Amino acid sequence: MDFIQSIDWMQLLRCFVVGGLICIIGQVLIDKTKLTPARILVIFVTAGAILGGLGIYKYVIDFAGAGATVPLLGFGANLAKGAIEGVKEQGLLGAFIGGVRASSGGIAAAVFFGYIASLIAKPKIKKQ
Amino acid sequence: MEHIGMQTIKFENPPTILETASIVGPKEAQGPMAKYFDQCIEDEFWGEKSWEKAESKFVKETVSTLINKSGISVQDIDYCFAGDLLNQCISSSFGLRELNIPFFGVFGACSTFVESMCLGSIFVGSGAAKNVMCATSSHFCSAEKQFRFPLELGNQRPPTSQWTVTGSGAAILSASGEGPYITHITPGKIVDMGIKDANNMGAAMAPAALDTLITHFKDTGRKPSYYDAIITGDLGHIGKEILTELAETKGYNIKSNYNDCGVLMFDKESQDTHSGGSGCGCIGTIFSGYFFKQLKDNKLNRILLIATGALMNSTSTQQGESIPGIAHAISIEI
Repeated sequence: MDFIQSIDWMQLLRCFVVGGLICIIGQVLIDKTKLTPARILVIFVTAGAILGGLGIYKYVIDFAGAGATVPLLGFGANLAKGAIEGVKEQGLLGAFIGGVRASSGGIAAAVFFGYIASLIAKPKIKKQ
Repeated sequence: MEHIGMQTIKFENPPTILETASIVGPKEAQGPMAKYFDQCIEDEFWGEKSWEKAESKFVKETVSTLINKSGISVQDIDYCFAGDLLNQCISSSFGLRELNIPFFGVFGACSTFVESMCLGSIFVGSGAAKNVMCATSSHFCSAEKQFRFPLELGNQRPPTSQWTVTGSGAAILSASGEGPYITHITPGKIVDMGIKDANNMGAAMAPAALDTLITHFKDTGRKPSYYDAIITGDLGHIGKEILTELAETKGYNIKSNYNDCGVLMFDKESQDTHSGGSGCGCIGTIFSGYFFKQLKDNKLNRILLIATGALMNSTSTQQGESIPGIAHAISIEI
């Protein structure tokens, strides 16, 4: 019960709304433009890196938590943040090392769980 | 055999379409045409390890069904014309490799079935062969993988996109027989109107269909009303509308007797296939399953079958090239 009482419901709502809004942007881009999903992915990561690098995205993260860090924008912001920290620690070389180091957990987890999924799942025909 | 007009060949000894066969996949089995096919397979893998192997199996089993139904032996089939959508036409060559019939691989994208029948009918009509077989196939999963995105990506299909038919259709053309006869063929030109969207093939191919349609009427002196049915494959809902409008602006009213195999294959409302069916297998199975029987039962006496193809590949799409379209027509009469 302590756990349920400790949940900040407003935080959950902010997370849901912001995460949902980011996904709506993606859906509109798929439906209304000729952009392929791969290009939309790159646009999101790049936009996140720019917003993160300019220091804007951290306000979104403070506001929405995982609603801002989990979507691709958060990955881009994380790359930028890591690169900036890397420069502070190691100089120019850090710009190349820092970004990937900061997001290494996400990258390794994606490869790991992707591999597991490929072992246990089989692709199927689409329903629609 | 005589060349008439710009592009058309008229047969003095028109080849008979002796027999046809068709096998389709699970989505097609839920569609309005299901009852006309020889077999509907519920598993898109058909027990195989890959979609490519499954597609080859569709070809192999369809051809085997065809030969059984036709009552003629494999040795009596002189040549085989077949093609599909996969790189280097592997569905056809792998599916037919144990058949021991001289083989011509044909690539005409979704126009392959009619292109094969054009070539086959020339072989039969000229006396070079007594019986030839024409076959084609496509598979939703293998086509998505090759032309669009891997299914594992789970991306959404845009509203203009068409659904590649899983299935195989095949026909035997014969020098002797009592019809339906292939009386004319009008092979088409490549027409490129600059459409670049691989998810809107109907719009890319409609101008090619129009070109072949008009050329056929001019060459033969016929009017749209001569035919009980004018059938394209596979412009889908969007392409069908475009072709109907384009034909009207050129003075040919095809509204009353025109339909498209991509439109016929699925129920648009309940099956959510967006703009309809496509793929070599679409016109291949619908002609083999439905229209051939309609001709045999004298419910239709004269049809013009126009197969359209989009002559692009995944590299040309990635490099931003436009999509050249083509359309081949055959006139089939009782």
